Amino acid sequence: MSAEIEYTNLAGISGPLIFVDGVRGVGYGDIVEIRGTSDEIRIGQTLEVDEQRAVVQVFEGTSGLSVRGTRVTFVGRALEIPVDRNMLGRVFDGLGRPIDGAPQVITDRMMNVNGLPINPWSREYPRDFIQTGISAIDGMNTLIRGQKLPIFSGSGLPHNRIAAQIARQAKILTAEEEFTVIFAAMGVKFDVARFFIDSLEESGVLTHSAIFLSLADAPSIERLVTPKTALTLAEYLAFEEGMHVLVILTDMTNYCEALRELSSSRGEIPSRKGYPGYLYSDLASIYERAGRLKGGRGSITQMPILTMPSDDISHPVPDLTGYITEGQIVLERELFNKGIYPPIAGLPSLSRLMKDGIGAGRTRKDHGQVAAQLFASYAKVKRIRSLAAIVGEEELSGLDKIYLKFGTAFEEVFLRQDYLENRSIEQTLEIGWKMLSLLPRDELYRIAREDIQRYYLPQKEAM
Amino acid sequence: MDEILTGKVIVVNGPIVQAVGLTGIKMFDIAEVGPHRLIGEVIRLNGAIAIIQVYEDNTGLKPGDEVMSYTRPLSVLLGPGLIANIYDGIQRPLVGISEVCGSYIRKGIKLSPLDENRKWEFQPLVQPGTDVREGTILGEIRESPLVMHRLLVPPGIYGRLTGIVHGGDYTIKDDIYTVETGAGKYTGKLAAYWPVRKPRPSRNRKKPLVPLITGQRIIDTFFPIARGGTAAIPGGFGTGKTMTQHALAKWCNADIIVYIGCGERGNEMTDVLTDFPKLIDERNGRPLIERTVMIANTSNMPVPAREVSIYTGVTIAEYYRDMGYSVAVMADSTSRWAEALRELSSRLGDMPAEEGFPPYLATRLAEFYERAGLVETLSGRDGDITIVGAVSPPGGDFSEPVTQHTSRFVRCFWALDKMLADARHYPSISWIDSYTEYLTEIEDWWKNLDQEWLTVRNDVMNILLEDHRLEQVVKLVGSDALPPAEQYTLFCAEMIKNAFLQQNSFDPEDKFCSPEKQLKLLKGLLILYKKGLELVQAGLAVKDIAALEVVAGIVRLKSEIPNQEFNRIDEYINKMEQELIALKPSSGGR
Ligand SMILES: Nc1ncnc2c1ncn2[C@@H]1O[C@H](COP(=O)(O)OP(=O)(O)OP(=O)(O)O)[C@@H](O)[C@H]1O
Ligand SMILES: [Mg+2]
Repeated sequence: MSAEIEYTNLAGISGPLIFVDGVRGVGYGDIVEIRGTSDEIRIGQTLEVDEQRAVVQVFEGTSGLSVRGTRVTFVGRALEIPVDRNMLGRVFDGLGRPIDGAPQVITDRMMNVNGLPINPWSREYPRDFIQTGISAIDGMNTLIRGQKLPIFSGSGLPHNRIAAQIARQAKILTAEEEFTVIFAAMGVKFDVARFFIDSLEESGVLTHSAIFLSLADAPSIERLVTPKTALTLAEYLAFEEGMHVLVILTDMTNYCEALRELSSSRGEIPSRKGYPGYLYSDLASIYERAGRLKGGRGSITQMPILTMPSDDISHPVPDLTGYITEGQIVLERELFNKGIYPPIAGLPSLSRLMKDGIGAGRTRKDHGQVAAQLFASYAKVKRIRSLAAIVGEEELSGLDKIYLKFGTAFEEVFLRQDYLENRSIEQTLEIGWKMLSLLPRDELYRIAREDIQRYYLPQKEAM
Repeated sequence: MDEILTGKVIVVNGPIVQAVGLTGIKMFDIAEVGPHRLIGEVIRLNGAIAIIQVYEDNTGLKPGDEVMSYTRPLSVLLGPGLIANIYDGIQRPLVGISEVCGSYIRKGIKLSPLDENRKWEFQPLVQPGTDVREGTILGEIRESPLVMHRLLVPPGIYGRLTGIVHGGDYTIKDDIYTVETGAGKYTGKLAAYWPVRKPRPSRNRKKPLVPLITGQRIIDTFFPIARGGTAAIPGGFGTGKTMTQHALAKWCNADIIVYIGCGERGNEMTDVLTDFPKLIDERNGRPLIERTVMIANTSNMPVPAREVSIYTGVTIAEYYRDMGYSVAVMADSTSRWAEALRELSSRLGDMPAEEGFPPYLATRLAEFYERAGLVETLSGRDGDITIVGAVSPPGGDFSEPVTQHTSRFVRCFWALDKMLADARHYPSISWIDSYTEYLTEIEDWWKNLDQEWLTVRNDVMNILLEDHRLEQVVKLVGSDALPPAEQYTLFCAEMIKNAFLQQNSFDPEDKFCSPEKQLKLLKGLLILYKKGLELVQAGLAVKDIAALEVVAGIVRLKSEIPNQEFNRIDEYINKMEQELIALKPSSGGR
């Protein structure tokens, strides 16, 4: 590496970007230290270099910087953070610097926050069922260890409670292994972070959790590194220390907005809704940092949370996320307004890794078909409800009326549960069968005859 | 010998690098960039400046860094050993990479795509002294239990075979034969390079007349594709594009599968990699991996290599086609490829056309799908390539450019429907919005199985179309307001959806449905419709038919009757007919 050279004066400032002229030997993606007049050090990264000029994004933002007097040092490598087991139980900023008043983490292990792509050949296909204790998830949208399963939410919906409940209740049925939570907050308010910290503390996992905060009052550009910093520690803990890490990233919409801001200050041609055309690839570079490795013990399970602007699932942020993640848990305002917690939407929610993680020897043989039948029957409820809205409930056929009853029971009994209620998978399936037994046997065409024989309840008991 | 050029980097803008000093370099030549000698390709020449697209992570690259080039085009190495292998977008072997650097892909790794030390048993088929020409089959290698690899005289080579090795074990580095051509002596090996962007030649194109049997009922029966055809699967996230492509890769009756994971999930490739060695092809009792080549340039791997990945895949497909095989290419997803194109073109400062995509998007798509087809190969044998491309429209909106342009160049359109997927009706291929243009071409093949095929198919399709029309009415007035005959149509359509269209990829019996079984089920459902309709018109209530256990049981035939026992469906349907007749109201009317 060439010796660090300090440059004074900037050629220009635009949004989160600074331009430095006359630089030599600067690499694309290199880390930059910037000292304004106040002598506080800011961190940046080069986005573009040519023989005269380097374009640098400043993670702490450019406010307070001036063209004259600013000193810039090109460090000659990519952004790295220290990683160590001792980081558990600590709180950091988005760049991985402690903000809990305790001393710096002492380690000589440094890792590049950008990570490296996992070789698809080296991945182990995730198959271990995680019991979250929430019926809507365990029964119908099973979470698998090593999966990336986001929560698509809307403003005011209880996504934080659900994530906290999962962090508290999540357990693997087959084994006792080291479990940790890494929580990264991007652009959310302090009370959201407080809520998570408190609930991790209550459930006794705070001491083996690491928290990365880039809150609403931090410069928006810092949000762009926060998930990377958090995932870098996660990779270390999972793949070098063999731990099972649950990474909660909230709120990815704020992350994407920061990216949009950066892109527009670079004058790039925008794609949908002003977001850059590379948003998909950028998000993939975060979400793909989940999974398991062949021959490794640990795993990274990702649960990104995002709010859908105006509850619109086709907005680029949820849309591109859904194209990358292995399913999604969608929260629904209608259920929320009915007072149902957790308001997990019956139809658009999906877990793609469910199929290989459930069934005989994992959960129970009938699990897959029960889930498929619940989905299909609930879809029918939705159709009948919209018909009833037009022709009136009295005009419905007898069978349709039975379906409406099933629909209400499904929402009130299967979906609804308490924030502190932790259901086993057997309990969830039992409730599922109770619901299905409200329907005539012949309607259960997704389920094998022998399972109907075994689990279908006589009408009286189903009520 | 190739000339070696050297120059230096002047600008680094993401994966796009500008270099000067490479006088004499040509478009699409490979350049090795910077101290790690990252693989790049010249994609534009601007006076003295060469614009290079770098296929590996190039962080840390600086102006002033060295660039060199052997002035060779970016190429694919074609030879024995491709089968069962997995490559990144520029054909670097992922297994080899993991041996060198563990679980993560590091930059600057250079490995031969094919094992250079492995010995292959080669059996020559021609004698020295014979006149040979491009496409002449010189010999054979058993590449896998399923694939007999044929060594062909490369395109453009004609002359007298002056030498060829005896039968025995050889590596891809060994000289195998020599041809005295008009332009001098040509020495051939078991493997050869071919430029990735250049289609391999064939003698002429033919009209495809045989369907590719996929074992997926909605495809084979309603929207069939011919061997040598093209199809697109557009659909929003989670609607079933990948699952459909996996099902096709597993069960379709092509000889070779090239599966391209282009900008999609790592775990989906892992799924293929763990599943295919275990899944047994019922036709030959061998694991599916023995006919499969995989290209994986997942979403987190370098974007420029994603752009090349589909060409790498289709070039390999052409190589096997030229041996006389039927090859099926799955490209998941072509939208990610188009986005790579968009990202690169925007870094180049091109004027964008629709939604930021470059104006040449449509041409590139057309060129890609044009590489499908049934051809008479240079060897004189027929070979074909079927291309199935997934399309991932933003917001699931089919009016966007990639879906729109693709639909102009493919002849099969399997439109995925979000509503069906939400109701877990899989495959969620819409029977309303999908289409195929191969019906007339492949009709004769089916007619060999059953003369009535097309009529039966169309009759059932009409029930579904009528159902779609009636649904609009039902939405307004409820189904009870419809006359009994129309209510019965709705009932039968529902049966067709559940008993025929819906097919679960995870059901051990139902995941693949033979053409014979498809036909039996279809005919059974049509009998239910016709016989039942007569009864309903004679005054019987729809619910009385629906109440028959034998009628409700039709939905279970697909998973309860194995493919080989398809004749049992006839017995079942006969029984059903008897029970229906027994329902007949004694005197017409109520
Ligand atoms: N034929 C099928 N049988 C059973 N399940 C299916 C089928 N098709 C799709 N599914 C279900 O739907 C899920 C999503 O399917 P798939 O991964 O193919 O979607 P996709 O269209 O490729 O989505 P994306 O664009 O996000 O990659 C699967 O994980 C599976 O649960
Ligand atoms: Mg997919």
